[in-house]
Amino acid sequence: MIKERKSLGKIFLNGVITENPTFRLVLGACPTLAVTTSAVNGIGMGAAATFVLVGSNVVVSMLRKFIPDNVRIPAFIVIICTFVTMVQLFMQAYLPSLYESLGIFIPLIVVNCIILARAEAFASKNPVLASAVDGLGMGVGFTLALTLIGMIRELIGSGTLFGLNVMGAGYEPMLLFVLASGGFLTFGILLGVINAITAYFQRDKHSEGGRA
Amino acid sequence: MNEITKMLLFMVSCVLTNNFIFSKFLGCCPFLGVSNKVETAASMGLAVTFVMTIASLFSYMVYHWLLVPLKITFMQTIAFILVIAALVQFVEMFLKKASPSLHGALGIYLPLITTNCAVLGVATLNVSENYNLIYSVLNGAFSAIGFLVAIVLMAGVRERLENAKIPECMKGFPISLVSAGLMAIAFMGFSGLV
Repeated sequence: MIKERKSLGKIFLNGVITENPTFRLVLGACPTLAVTTSAVNGIGMGAAATFVLVGSNVVVSMLRKFIPDNVRIPAFIVIICTFVTMVQLFMQAYLPSLYESLGIFIPLIVVNCIILARAEAFASKNPVLASAVDGLGMGVGFTLALTLIGMIRELIGSGTLFGLNVMGAGYEPMLLFVLASGGFLTFGILLGVINAITAYFQRDKHSEGGRA
Repeated sequence: MNEITKMLLFMVSCVLTNNFIFSKFLGCCPFLGVSNKVETAASMGLAVTFVMTIASLFSYMVYHWLLVPLKITFMQTIAFILVIAALVQFVEMFLKKASPSLHGALGIYLPLITTNCAVLGVATLNVSENYNLIYSVLNGAFSAIGFLVAIVLMAGVRERLENAKIPECMKGFPISLVSAGLMAIAFMGFSGLV
């Protein structure tokens, strides 16, 4: 039992850190770049994708013994689509302003590579509980990444953080960062910084291993 | 302004001002994934152009002639993705028979297009912007040409980057993203054009 719980924790952390969909696997670049003009948008998009990931992972995992191998991709897409439509209708009804600002990128969760990749690589081979945890981990990792990028772009581009003015009245916002090019630049530089940090820690580990 | 001028301006705006990659962020995955070489990028761009044009036509027909009369427009996303998947399959089979050389060049990119968000994106945009049949097809075709331009330019930049001295941590995706950002700034220059 303890061993099982440990492995579930490991699956969860795998999604959040080791194989973070945005920073380590660089999947789902379109929503990452497009909706992160503010931190709130990042969280909203992340939450929607997390719901779809968990839902589709659970259903795919439940049906994994019934779906014939050669039609599995269309079957996965239809399952994912169902959850995306649910999220879309829910947001339209209860969160109209978020729905407005995420716009076309909510239906486009369907073609987000992260979700299909997890269905194919994980949920179609693993039991229901592990798949749900994997979906949750990946979703949380995606949400954290989007929120981080959203915070940086919002702070520099409009001088606010979660809608609150933090830079003071004298701050001249760099509009570039909430425009398209700012998305590419922020994401690129952030990836570079994360690579540098990872390389630094790995080198540390290696040299320690050498000494031992 | 007469209809023809309007249409021409619309085409130019689809390619340059509202470029799919640089201002709408649609189709970033193939843009970053398949832009290592100019030839492969051009093949991918052509395949996308082909599919996007036909997909806008068919998604328009399915939406306005099937979903609207049956009052099931909430099925939009599911219907579009099925149309696109079927279309891609069909185009692949057709090309295999009709033009094996073209199939050889585009073959491996065609299945990838099903999950290219630019294709589903253009179908959804056509509906949300209320374009009529002609404008939908024009939007599909010329947005796709914008994608083609962007991916070929990007591949040219990346070929040069291979020989450049880049810090270890910026190699691969990070430097590509930064160059894409700089290209997006250049494309902002077109914004006053139309």
